[in-house]
Amino acid sequence: MPVRNIFDIDTVRRDFPILHQEVNGQPLVYLDSGATTQKPQCVIDAIVDYYSSYNANVHRAAHSLSEKATARFERAREKLAHFINSTSPREVLWTRGTTEAINLVASSWGSENLKSGDKILVSALEHHSNIVPWQLVAQQKGAEVVPIDVTENGDIDLDALDTLLGEQVKMVAVSHVSNALGTVNPVQEIVQRAHYYGAKVLIDGAQAVSHFPVDVQSLDCDFYAFSGHKLFGPTGIGVLWGRENLLEAMPPYQSGGEMIETVRFSGTTFNELPYKFEAGTPDIAGAIGLAAAIDYLNRFDRQEVAAHETQVLHYAIAKGEELSGIKRVGTAKQVAGVYSFLLEGAHPADLGTLLDQQGIAIRTGHHCAQPLMERYGISGTARASFAMYNSVEDVDRLFKALAKAKQFLL
Amino acid sequence: MVISTPHPYTQNPFGTTISADDICNTLSFFDSWEDRYQYIIDLGKELPPIDDSYKDEEHIVRGCQSQVWIDSVYSEGTLWFQADSDAFIVKGLLGVVLAAYNGKAPGDILSFDIEEYFNNLGLMGHLSQTRGNGLRAMVKKIISVAQLTD
Repeated sequence: MPVRNIFDIDTVRRDFPILHQEVNGQPLVYLDSGATTQKPQCVIDAIVDYYSSYNANVHRAAHSLSEKATARFERAREKLAHFINSTSPREVLWTRGTTEAINLVASSWGSENLKSGDKILVSALEHHSNIVPWQLVAQQKGAEVVPIDVTENGDIDLDALDTLLGEQVKMVAVSHVSNALGTVNPVQEIVQRAHYYGAKVLIDGAQAVSHFPVDVQSLDCDFYAFSGHKLFGPTGIGVLWGRENLLEAMPPYQSGGEMIETVRFSGTTFNELPYKFEAGTPDIAGAIGLAAAIDYLNRFDRQEVAAHETQVLHYAIAKGEELSGIKRVGTAKQVAGVYSFLLEGAHPADLGTLLDQQGIAIRTGHHCAQPLMERYGISGTARASFAMYNSVEDVDRLFKALAKAKQFLL
Repeated sequence: MVISTPHPYTQNPFGTTISADDICNTLSFFDSWEDRYQYIIDLGKELPPIDDSYKDEEHIVRGCQSQVWIDSVYSEGTLWFQADSDAFIVKGLLGVVLAAYNGKAPGDILSFDIEEYFNNLGLMGHLSQTRGNGLRAMVKKIISVAQLTD
């Protein structure tokens, strides 16, 4: 029986070496985990260990190092399958990240399943990477990408979804958590409604997986995509989960080595799942690093971690209500990880610069969600995004720095 | 556009009453980031706004964090730029750039080392690609205008 660690913020912070430094002469407060999370020492160690003791190509060679690398690489896939409660590791494809995962589905599934007049629904909350791949395939196929409106609060308008759903809708692509506003979308509900009309559902889980447990079976979705680097793992690795029968029927996305069974000039046959979709040498170190990140998360009771994060986020929301001039953008029913805001009369970019001078790292701008910004009639927001290693002290530093920035700008 | 009468762009304080050397000297006096950024924000307040009619596709320099608009005229062998932004600090930084370029011959603009200038000012971070504030793209635009007129 694995022994769980009790969640203790000071201990957790010690596991992330990068947090303990000064930026612009001030102790770093990292509030940009929505862009990428920091890595615990065990993830860094796992990557170093791979390169320093068993680096070899996987699935190819007849030697011991390759056997060890292959075993660890495939064990990583099993861990990821377990992490999202997939029925089989065959349904877990390695990609470079969420963006590539969505592109894979749009291109491969889209080319076989879309025709002229079909519709793809995406929510108005989406990151560009869950809009543009669909636009490209829609253009090729004569299909149409239709936005599902969001309410003033930043929730997906389920009545609008119902109005749009119909037999022409072949795909509904929505984020689990909005990167710009933090909205937790009712994806289970959306899946049910979409499936009623026979549409498939892809969930962009990039902003969800680090914050709460995800179970693809209970969500009943068709595809689920996420990135390793937003989950305390390295950059360059991500996951596409897909239903086995759908993946089996889909044509390869890229071609080359590894993904083939036999190659003849008269014709080539393809490897079985998941290798059919994994052309070329994969990001072995990335997969092993991501598995170490999953191991790290699994040391804790995830509900305890989620409770800590909720406490920090709600503390930020409450502090924002106390500081005059701060306007929160998006007040969805349920939020995770993101506090998006404006300081009335000040440009978010100026806030970002003045916070950076005080050691506070946030993101400003449109967050790659221009249609959403347009929906609110703004050019962008300032976004503080949180992870398990952020504390209420971080929030205090943020608001102290905001009060100071306000003196400069107003 | 070639003009012969004085143009409002040639009255821009940046490049006339405020020179690149003035900015270097003033910034070197400040020890704290507060003073430096207060000065940059104040510089932005001196930047004459660009006419709203120029806030269009032709004059925009896009950044993912803030937007910059720029227009230029060529007068008696020198180039003059009018630039504006929706962010205060970016406006101040535009003033810093224009102090170096305004009223210069195209050849002088092309030989000016903007990286060294920003480095000396301790503002190199703002010229980096990651800032996405449009400043770097604006410098590129100024250089391409200078190349066309040189």
